[in-house]
Amino acid sequence: MAFPTGRRALAILLSLVILVAAGVTWALWPSDPVVKGRDLVIPVMDGPADDQRVDLDATFYPPASGGRAPAVLLAHGFGGSKESVREQAGRLAGQGYAVLTWSARGFGRSTGQIALNSPDYEVKDVRGLIDWLAGRPEVSLDGPGDPRVGIAGGSYGGAIALMTAAYDNRVDAIVPQITWYDLADALFPDASGKGPVNGVFKKMWAGIFFTSAADRLAPGGTTGAAGLAGLAGAAGARPGGETGQGSGQGSGQGSGQGAGATPGAEQVRCGRFLPQICEMYQEVAETGRATQEAIDLLRKSSPVSVPGRIRVPTLLLQGQRDSLFPLSHADANARAIAATGAPVEVAWFNGGHDGGDGEADWLSDRTTGWFDRYLKGAGPATGDGGSAAFTVTRDGGRDPGTRRPVLLHAIGDRYPGLTGEERTTVALEGPRQSIANPAGGSPASISAVPGLGGLLGGAGGVSIALDMPGQAAVFESAPLARPTQVTGSPAVTIRVYGTGEATLFAKLYDVSGGSLPVLPSSLVAPLRVTASEAGTPVTVALPAIDRRFDAGHRMRLVVSTTDLGYATPAAPAVYQVALESPTLELPGDAALRTPATGPAWWTWAMPLAAILVAAVLLLTGRAGRRPEESDAPDAASAEVPLVISGLGKRYRNGEKAVDDLSFRVEKGQVLGLLGPNGAGKTTTMRMLMGLIHPDEGEIRIFGHRVRPGAPVLSRLGSFVEGPGFLPHLSGRANLELYWQATGRPPQDAHLEEALEIAGLGAALERAVRTYSQGMRQRLAIAQAMLGLPDLLVLDEPTNGLDPPQIAEMRRVLRAYAERGRTVIVSSHLLAEVEQTCSHVVVMHRGRLVSAGPVGDLLGTATAVNGGGPRLEDVFLDLIGEKR
Amino acid sequence: MSANRPAPGLTGDVPTGGRAAPAAADAADPRGGGAEGRAPGYAPGRTLPLRVEFVRQLRRRRTMAMFGVLLALPWVLVVAFQFGPAGRGQSSLRLSDLATAGGLNFAAFALSVSANFLLVVAVALFCGDTVASEANWSSLRYLLAAPVPRDRLLRQKLVVALAYSTAAVTVVPLMALLAGTLVFGWNDITVPGTGEVIPAADVLPKFLIVIGYALVSQLVVAAVAFLLSVGTDSPLGAVGGAVGLVIVSSILQAVEALGSLREFLPTFWNTAWLDALAPEPDYSGMVKGVVVSVTYSVILIALAFRRFRRRDVVS
Repeated sequence: MAFPTGRRALAILLSLVILVAAGVTWALWPSDPVVKGRDLVIPVMDGPADDQRVDLDATFYPPASGGRAPAVLLAHGFGGSKESVREQAGRLAGQGYAVLTWSARGFGRSTGQIALNSPDYEVKDVRGLIDWLAGRPEVSLDGPGDPRVGIAGGSYGGAIALMTAAYDNRVDAIVPQITWYDLADALFPDASGKGPVNGVFKKMWAGIFFTSAADRLAPGGTTGAAGLAGLAGAAGARPGGETGQGSGQGSGQGSGQGAGATPGAEQVRCGRFLPQICEMYQEVAETGRATQEAIDLLRKSSPVSVPGRIRVPTLLLQGQRDSLFPLSHADANARAIAATGAPVEVAWFNGGHDGGDGEADWLSDRTTGWFDRYLKGAGPATGDGGSAAFTVTRDGGRDPGTRRPVLLHAIGDRYPGLTGEERTTVALEGPRQSIANPAGGSPASISAVPGLGGLLGGAGGVSIALDMPGQAAVFESAPLARPTQVTGSPAVTIRVYGTGEATLFAKLYDVSGGSLPVLPSSLVAPLRVTASEAGTPVTVALPAIDRRFDAGHRMRLVVSTTDLGYATPAAPAVYQVALESPTLELPGDAALRTPATGPAWWTWAMPLAAILVAAVLLLTGRAGRRPEESDAPDAASAEVPLVISGLGKRYRNGEKAVDDLSFRVEKGQVLGLLGPNGAGKTTTMRMLMGLIHPDEGEIRIFGHRVRPGAPVLSRLGSFVEGPGFLPHLSGRANLELYWQATGRPPQDAHLEEALEIAGLGAALERAVRTYSQGMRQRLAIAQAMLGLPDLLVLDEPTNGLDPPQIAEMRRVLRAYAERGRTVIVSSHLLAEVEQTCSHVVVMHRGRLVSAGPVGDLLGTATAVNGGGPRLEDVFLDLIGEKR
Repeated sequence: MSANRPAPGLTGDVPTGGRAAPAAADAADPRGGGAEGRAPGYAPGRTLPLRVEFVRQLRRRRTMAMFGVLLALPWVLVVAFQFGPAGRGQSSLRLSDLATAGGLNFAAFALSVSANFLLVVAVALFCGDTVASEANWSSLRYLLAAPVPRDRLLRQKLVVALAYSTAAVTVVPLMALLAGTLVFGWNDITVPGTGEVIPAADVLPKFLIVIGYALVSQLVVAAVAFLLSVGTDSPLGAVGGAVGLVIVSSILQAVEALGSLREFLPTFWNTAWLDALAPEPDYSGMVKGVVVSVTYSVILIALAFRRFRRRDVVS
C-alpha cells in the first residue's frame, strides 16, 4: 500500500503545484499588449516672436486598438526626458490612446534652453505638438486642426499640462501631478500669508532644481547634483513611472551641445537654462530674498498667472510627502479651476518629491480613468481607482499575509480644501520661551531633506526630524482623549517678541509615550515676521497633512529658528515666542470614508459550494457495491459459521492474491488454513474481517454477508498479522477499552477468562510497550476471545510461544470448538495443523487446493518410507513441489 | 445473561485444559440469528463511545507533553518579560510592547505569538495523529473488526481530536489571562496601534470572539491533518504534512504578485482576529477568514470520510 499511497500523494502534490503555477501565471499575465513607440523629431517654432526653431525629440505610440483614438501627451519631470515616461506611455497606448512623449526643450536630445514652462517657449512647443497630433491619421479630431487630446505629467510635466491648458483651448482634459500653482510661492513660501516677497528661500530644493539641469553639461555628468536630482525623481514615483523624473535616465545622453566638449564658463554657470532665468536664480540664491522681477518671472510659468483660463476637466494628484510642492499648491489649483466650472478631482496620495510609496499603479489607474471619462466619454470609473471628488491615501494597517503596510483610499463626495469641512480645536500649553538664531544659521534643525526621501524609499513612518536645543520653542497639548484625524492645514496664532525680522519654522509633531516624536510628512511651515518688543501676533498656517493623532498621543507645536532646507539669517539673534491663543485649530473631513469592502460575493458562495462538493464526495463515495450482490441474509446458511464462495482479490498490479476461493466451515470445527507464504491466507482473513473489499465473490458468516463494519462481525473474534495495542496503556486497560469500544455490555466480555488465557500475571498492569513479543501475542489472542465469539479466526497463533504454551494453546482451541464454536487457524506449520485441527483447507497461490477433514487428507496420501502418511507429504504433493 | 439464553443443544461440559481454559466458558450463542446477525448487546451506534476514545488518547505521552508545553508557555513568557531589559512602559503601541500592560493585553500577545506555529503544531498533532497512530499500532484493524463502522470510527475520532484541539487553542489564552492577571494585574486593555484604552468588561466578550476565531482558523489545519491521517500509517507524516502545508501557504502569502489570490490561502486571515480588538471592530476580515477556513475544512473532511470508506485497511 505504501507505494500506491506515495503515488497518490505525488499526484495531489503535482496538482497543487500546477494549480499554484496557473494562479501565478494568471495573476502576472500582462493584461494589455505592450506597444512599441516610433522615435521621431518634431520641429516647432517658439520664442516671444515665434521665430526660434526647436527640434523636439519625441516618441509616438499609436493606439493598440487601431483606427483613430484620443491622444495623450505625456510630459516628463524636471531632469528627465521622454524615456522617463516610456512605460506609462506604452500602457496608455495599450489601453487605446495615441500617446506622444517628448523631451522638453533643454532636456534629453531636444534642442533649446530651459525656460521653466514659459508661455513663450515650452507652452508654444506643446501647442506645436498638438498641431502635429492634429495631422496624424491615428488621432481622432474634435474639429479641423483640433485633436481630442489630454495631457498628463508629474512635477515639471504637470505644470506644462496646466499651462498648456490655459493657453490652448484644444486641450480636453489634464492630469497634473505633484506640481505647482505658484512657483514663486513654492520657492519662497511664507506661512503667515504675506506672499513670496516675504517668503523664506527654500534653498536646498531650489539649488537642486536649478543645478540639476546645469550639471547635464559636465563630462560624465551623473554625479553631484544630478545624483540628487535623480533621487528626487525617484521620490516622485518609481523609476519609469508616470511622474518619474528619470532617475538619471536622461543623463549621459548629452545635450547635443556639450557632449565630449569642454564646457565653457557660461555653460557651467547656467547649463541649459535660458540666461535670464539663470541670472534670476543666481541673484535670489545669493540674497535669499525674492525680488519682484524674480517673482514675476516665476509666476509667468505658473497657473497663478492665468486665473480663470484653465477650464478643462482636471484631476490633481498631489503627494502628501512633498516639501517642494506641498498639498497647498494642488489646493490652489483646484480652487482656481473649479471656479471656472470645470470638473476637478483632487487626490492626496502617498508620495511626492520626498518619497513615500509612490502608488504608481494607482495613479496610472486614476489617470486612465480620467481620460476614459473625458476623452473617450466613458462613465466615471469605479473601484479602488475610481472617480471621487476627493481621495486621500491613508495607512491601512498591515497586510495580514505579508505584514507590509497597506494603503487605503478614503474618498469624499466633495473637496473640502485645506480648511476642512469642520474644525476642531486642541488646547496647547507652554510658557513664553526664548529661542536663539545661531550665528551663520548653523547647526540647523532638520525636517525634510531633499533627496533623502528617495533613499528611504517607502519607509513611510520614518521621521528624521530633529530640533536643536535652544533654537526651538515647544508648546504641547494634553494627551488626546480620542483619536483625532487631521485633514488639511492646522492653524495657530503665536506672538513673537524681539527686534528685527525673524525667520521662524513652525511644525506640528505627533508625540507618543516614549518613542520618537513624528513630524507628519516631515513638513514645516516657514514664516518671516517682524518681531517687536510688545510682541507681534502672527497666524501660522501649518503644513497641510492627513494624519490620525491617536488617543493618548500629544500634539506638539515647535517653533524653531533654523531649518536645513531653508536660507536663514546669518546674524545671531534671540527672540521670544509665546502662544497668542492656546487654540490649535484642526481641520477635518468626517465625510471622508474608506469604502467598505463589504463581504465579497465569495464569502457566501464558497461555504455553500463547499457543502455541495462535500455532499457529492460523500454520496458518490459509498463503498462500491456490485449490482448482483445482495445483503439479504441467506437463511439456508444461517447456522453455518462461514461460507466463502467465489472469492477473489487482485493486487494493484493485477496479480490475483485470492482467486475463486470457495469453502465452508461447519460448527465445532477447528479449521486449519494451510499454505505457503503468499498463498493468500492473510488476505482471505482480512476480507473475512471486512478490512479489505473483495473484488469478486462473497463471504457469509452465519448467513450474513461480510462487508466493512457489518454487524455480524461482532460474532467474530480475530487475531490477524500480529497484535495491535495502544503501547502506552497496560494490558488490562487495553482489553477493557477494546471491549468498551465494541459498545457491548461489560458482563458479556468474560474478561477474566480471557486474561487467564493470556496468563500474563502481574505484567497485566504494565504498559504494553514493555511486553515481549510472546506476551503481546497471548494478550492479542485473549482480546480475540473477548466475548467468546462464535467464530474465532487466528493467524499463526503460536508464533513466538514456547513449547508448553503451544501445547496449552492447542488444548484451548480444541476446547473452544468443542462447545459448538468454530475456530479457524492459519498456519504454515504442518505439524501444528495436524495436531490442532479437525479440518484443513490448503491454499496455494490464491487458489484452493484441497479441503476436508485432516484424516481424509492423510488418507489420500500413500505411505512413504514405511511410515504413516504425513501431512507434509500431502501438502507438498498438493502444491506440486517435489518431495 | 444466562436468563435470556435458550438452552442450547450444543452445550457440553467445558474441558478445562489447565489454567488457560476459560473457567466458566459459555457455549456458542444461538441468538446470533437476530437482526443482521449481530452478537447480543451489539449496536453499531454504541461502538467506540467518545469517553473511551478520550481515555485512549489522554494517557498518551504526546498529549500530556503538548498540554504541558501549552500550559507552561504563558509562564515562560511572564518570566521572559520579567527578565527582559527595562525598556518597558508605554514606549510604543506594538502588541509585544503592550503585553505587560495587563492580563488581557498579555493574553492577546500570547495568542498572537503562539497562533502562527505552536497552535498549528498542536492542532496538527491531535488531528493528524489520531487515525494514523492506530494504523501504526495495528489497533485500527481490531477496532474495525470489532466492528466499529468506518464512518462512526472516523466521526468519533474527529470529534475527540477536535475537542483536544479546542482545548489546546483555548488553554493558551486562558492560562495567559490567568498568568498575566496575576503578574501584571487586571487592567483595561490598551489597543495596539492606536493606544486607546477599552474597559476590561467591554473587551471580555470580544475576547471570546477572538478565541473562537482562532479556533475556526485552525480548523483547516485540523482538516488537512485529518485527511492525511486517514491516508497514511505514519503519524509523523500526517502531522508534518499539515504543518508543511501551513508553511507553504505562509510563504505563498508573502508573494505579493499573487494579489487578491492570496485571500484564498488558508493561512491568509490567521491574524485577522486583531481587528476584533480595535475600538471600532471590523469583522470583514474575520468573516472572510471563517469562510475560507470552513470551506476548505468541509471539503477536506468529506474527502477524508470518502477515502476511509473505500480504503483497504492493510496496516
